[in-house]
Amino acid sequence: MKIAVCVSHVPDTAAKINIGSDGISIDPAGVTYVVNPYDEFAIEEALKSKEKFGGETVAISLGGDANKETLRKALAMGIDNAVLLKESGYRDSLSVSKALAEEINAQGAELVFFGKQSVDFDNSVVGQLTAELLGYNCISVAVSFTLDGNKIICEREIEGGKEVVETNLPAVITAQKGLNEPRYASLKGIMAAKKKEIIEKVPAAATNYVEVISMKKPASKQAGKIIGTDSSAVPELIRLLREEAKVI
Amino acid sequence: MANKILVFIEQRNGLIKKPSFEAAKTAADLAVKLSGTVEAVAIGNEIEELEKVGSYGVAKVTHFKNSDLANYSPSAYAEIITKFVNENGFDILFFGATSMGKDLAPRVSAKLDAGLAIDCVALNADSNDIIATRPVFAGKALVDVKITSPKKVFALRPNVFNPGVPSDAKADLTVVNVDDPNLNVRVTEIKKAEGKLDVAEADIIVSGGRGMKGPEHFHLVEELSQILGAATGASRAVVDAGWRPHGEQVGQTGKTVSPTLYIALGISGAIQHLAGMRSSKYIVAVNKDKDAPIFQIADYGIVGDLFEVVPAMIEEIKKIKS
Repeated sequence: MKIAVCVSHVPDTAAKINIGSDGISIDPAGVTYVVNPYDEFAIEEALKSKEKFGGETVAISLGGDANKETLRKALAMGIDNAVLLKESGYRDSLSVSKALAEEINAQGAELVFFGKQSVDFDNSVVGQLTAELLGYNCISVAVSFTLDGNKIICEREIEGGKEVVETNLPAVITAQKGLNEPRYASLKGIMAAKKKEIIEKVPAAATNYVEVISMKKPASKQAGKIIGTDSSAVPELIRLLREEAKVI
Repeated sequence: MANKILVFIEQRNGLIKKPSFEAAKTAADLAVKLSGTVEAVAIGNEIEELEKVGSYGVAKVTHFKNSDLANYSPSAYAEIITKFVNENGFDILFFGATSMGKDLAPRVSAKLDAGLAIDCVALNADSNDIIATRPVFAGKALVDVKITSPKKVFALRPNVFNPGVPSDAKADLTVVNVDDPNLNVRVTEIKKAEGKLDVAEADIIVSGGRGMKGPEHFHLVEELSQILGAATGASRAVVDAGWRPHGEQVGQTGKTVSPTLYIALGISGAIQHLAGMRSSKYIVAVNKDKDAPIFQIADYGIVGDLFEVVPAMIEEIKKIKS
């Protein structure tokens, strides 16, 4: 079975975000980029699936040359092949999904993993969009995954619980934290990844339907009152919550 | 643009979810602004009081009914909505950005080849442009976006849009029986976390961090949550340490929340945590370290030992509740 995993290259969650001079994107100065955290669960599940069912794994990423770093990480963890869909400009979610769907189709992958969202634009939709474009079944926000023959059973996280979802291959699964424990890349894996070729392709141009008009920082919140340094401050705190904030 | 607006009404267990009322009211207000029309669509088996969407300004609702649709089926729900949109020429769709809405909206958007703005926290319409504001980088920044395709899909973050005061109006209800829904992807069982309120839906959240010193002390967080009717949250550090389940994690790789009151106990306030809760209306912090970043955004703070302060809070609230 051919298994694909789609990965994105994003600012580290510890990064401070400043707005770039164009007013519609971030200032990359001083920002460290990493594998999207949710994509690590996707990579791990792709590797586990290959170990169980055999086949071949491929990691696909859309973006600039910097994304090769994330693809190398996927290779170091054990993914067999890597494809970079070269794109230097902006693409909205649907346009990203069209490029990914085209490549997944070309690869003939019938099981595809994504992180449930990229922690940059936080759209949480690319997996579902790509699945629809491919005509594949899709389960998003999965915290468990089992495949038996053609049949897939996942638990997905919902408000206040989980729902059990069933479907069949071919399918796209988007990974939530808790799905598995991503492995560390071994030294051998890291060395091997350095030698592997990352296949570069230029995806078909696609029209964007969502235009970013401006990006700004949220209004900064003013630090409030320090009411005290021990439990003697508690009655005053509760009074403020009741009378000033009126929240309890 | 015809400005025919459709709102998806989400039900679970036959009950309408609150974010759907928020979406209904927002869509109804937008219809007035754009001189358009608005109606609603719901999918399920028995749904209680569907006519209630009328009290939020949506005068017409269509219920697609089948016993196999009581639980969510992404494939069936997406097909039914897409067909309904195509047959009736709707061009603007609204969803609540709930776990169902975030799953369903993109499927419909792909089928309609429509641009999508998910998790919107503000909408501004002038003449024919609708500008949606949405948080990115877990709220460290906000973007204003415009959808340029003829059909547009918006999903609104729960708890942000004011559903207003409901009127007595009732919507006209049409029930359509669905034959043979596409159940390629289907929910077969729902496992509720027993008696637990989810941080994403809660009006008050009490969260614990490293300062709790161990999983055995989280009963304090739970007790305080319980008497406040709050959800229990956690920082990434304690989730990663295995003290608390991931479902409780607030922050960039957990849930982004905006409750009325957020109480942070022993949470220093890492940037990824602050990003996930900074839009809370009121923030209370209890922490030993006066330099903890959480105090930069807290409305009320106590710099002190939480093992002394929290039991006192519990006692004090018990007093006023009795």
